[in-house]
Amino acid sequence: MKSRATEFDARARRALDDQALQAALSRARSGFVDKRRNAVAECGNFDDLRGAAILARERALLDMAACLERFEARVVANGGEVHWAETGAELNTIVSGICAAAGARRVTRGKSMIGEETGLNQALEHAGLEVTETDLGEYIIQLAGERPSHIIAPAVHKTRAQVSELFASHHERGERPLEEIRDLVDEAREVLRARFLAADVGITGANFLVAETGSAIVVTNEGNGDLTASLPRVHIVIASIDKVVATLEDATALLRVLGRSATGQAMTAYTSLFSGPRQAGDTDGPEQFHVVLLDNGRSSIAGGEFAEILRCIRCGACLNHCPVYMSVGGHAYGWVYPGPMGAVLTPLLTSLPESSRLPDASTLCGRCEEVCPMDIPLPDLLRRHRANAHRQRLDPKRWRFGIALHAWLARRPRLYQWASAAAARLLAMAARGRGYLSRFPIAPGWTAVRELPSPQGTNFLSARIKRGRKDDGH
Amino acid sequence: MGSRYPTSTPDRPIPPMNPKPLVALYATCLVNTFRPQVGLAAIELLEQAGCRVEVPELQTCCGQVSYNSGDTEAARGAARQVIDTLAPYAHVVLPSASCAGMMIHHYPRLFHDDPQWLSRAHELAGRCHELLGLLDRLQAQPRPGWSAGAVAWHDGCAGLREMHLQDPPRRLLARSGIEVREMAESETCCGFGGTFCAKFPEISARLADDKLDHACATGAHTLLGGDLGCLLHLAGRARRRGLDITVRHVAEALAGEPLEPPIAYPGDPSA
Repeated sequence: MKSRATEFDARARRALDDQALQAALSRARSGFVDKRRNAVAECGNFDDLRGAAILARERALLDMAACLERFEARVVANGGEVHWAETGAELNTIVSGICAAAGARRVTRGKSMIGEETGLNQALEHAGLEVTETDLGEYIIQLAGERPSHIIAPAVHKTRAQVSELFASHHERGERPLEEIRDLVDEAREVLRARFLAADVGITGANFLVAETGSAIVVTNEGNGDLTASLPRVHIVIASIDKVVATLEDATALLRVLGRSATGQAMTAYTSLFSGPRQAGDTDGPEQFHVVLLDNGRSSIAGGEFAEILRCIRCGACLNHCPVYMSVGGHAYGWVYPGPMGAVLTPLLTSLPESSRLPDASTLCGRCEEVCPMDIPLPDLLRRHRANAHRQRLDPKRWRFGIALHAWLARRPRLYQWASAAAARLLAMAARGRGYLSRFPIAPGWTAVRELPSPQGTNFLSARIKRGRKDDGH
Repeated sequence: MGSRYPTSTPDRPIPPMNPKPLVALYATCLVNTFRPQVGLAAIELLEQAGCRVEVPELQTCCGQVSYNSGDTEAARGAARQVIDTLAPYAHVVLPSASCAGMMIHHYPRLFHDDPQWLSRAHELAGRCHELLGLLDRLQAQPRPGWSAGAVAWHDGCAGLREMHLQDPPRRLLARSGIEVREMAESETCCGFGGTFCAKFPEISARLADDKLDHACATGAHTLLGGDLGCLLHLAGRARRRGLDITVRHVAEALAGEPLEPPIAYPGDPSA
């Protein structure tokens, strides 16, 4: 999918003025934060679980190639097939090829950020397939022709009223009540039930890939992943290579922190393991089982200065606790992954020049790293992007100059004190006894939305010298 | 699992303190230029708590702006200057959690590949204190003198997450008889974020508005905090909106009367 991260500023401004979006975000904000806090408090030993989960993740990442090979061997032994895609386009070609070979016409989709990354739905529709998203949130935004704005709650930016309108206009079902959430869920369930039964191919993502058993683990709260995986003739799992873990035990260590961090649940309603096609004697399950593994730049992140981001398990806690994300929503970020983890990943998976605004758009308040179950040092990783952007001269000239000048002065204490005293005096004079300045051409961004408080007329070191003399009786 | 910002580490044990420690006050660049009152109040509070205070004359800026802007080389230059300037002092105090956090937690990261400066950075980190944390540790009893009623307290992000200062300011305010009214969402950032506030003014203003609305909702007419960056931003926004709340650094309130006018308010012309 094409990145529009360069448009962050304009999109963010629009988002701040979008009343419906703001209503949706303010409801989501307290919901996510409170639920996570309660779940962490209830479990009592969250830091221990977190430590175990990080070890599980690190174990696989240190040995990723070997883990992936073990995973492939197990899938093949179970009767499935593993495909390797270096790029998003390759993944789309492989998946389209499997659908074509199976003579498929209708495809159901479980929620997957990898599909968003590669633009899979558009590719499949281009190949003439009818694609239905089956996660309720994904289904809503598919009807709206939009993109997910959150990695676990794709339609979090939509209000109930907007969903009612979408259903009324897209489902031809006559006059009916659509005000209550219950009505909307029931209607979606009925519409989707027919799609599940008619699908030839079901495509799901995976939360984890277990090398030991050749299983793809999918967690949902709606059970749509299970119907997508087991009803059609063909099940295709699409996942990025960093999803692999060594053992089932390691996967459970991760599941213990995933639900609590994401939705505040000890476990999601459904946790399913898909390990291969229908075996002799099975009463259901797909005839074919394919796993398509996507690299798309991840193998070059491993071992580098951003390696820690590969620990991410896509719980969304950093989004939910990010003041910037919760003010502007996910669409402002312009690509697939929003919020702090997105601001780290997007420059790595697309390019820094087209996304350098994202690492900048953070107050570095540190709440993301505080709640991250994988203890990813997100503010530090954002700073590393900023340092790389600075080295590549991607930051605006005016800022470069101002910050360099300040740093140059900071290394020359006597000149610095003189300049600071002069600034204190001049700004106080310019404030003309009002206590503040409403215009400050050196930093127009400051006075665009707030007054610049006036200095007190003299700087601290001068004031200290005056005061000191008085105290000493001079 | 330990915090990424431990209060002390084997590299950085908390040193014992004499009953009358000699401390160097590092005022920070914002206090130096915008609000000398905070530095003067800090000296008074430290002296009340039994410290002897010196003000190193060659102090400038900790380099946080360069560091967070990605100019690592400039940040290292500023850090070397600070480390040299503060080398003679047994203790260093900063009236800012974010600048203290910069010296304590981020200087060692800046010099991760430079063993000589790394050990000097660790050594400085062990002698650095944030003002409120130190006053609390010295069991300071600020003189009651505040007469402006109940206050709302703004937890700065560095204070909360890097310096673990949730309790010390509340204890100090309680000891000096100042009632603190707790705000909703006190752990959410106010939107200052250094250069963020000028690079993304609209987002920054939205976050400031949320914070100021929570402060006003407590019914207090004063908002106190421990980091001048946040406070200049919040005071400037409150003034632009014409809100009925004034903003000060907590050191001013703890040091008691006579008070300078609040941030972004004019002095009495007849004085």
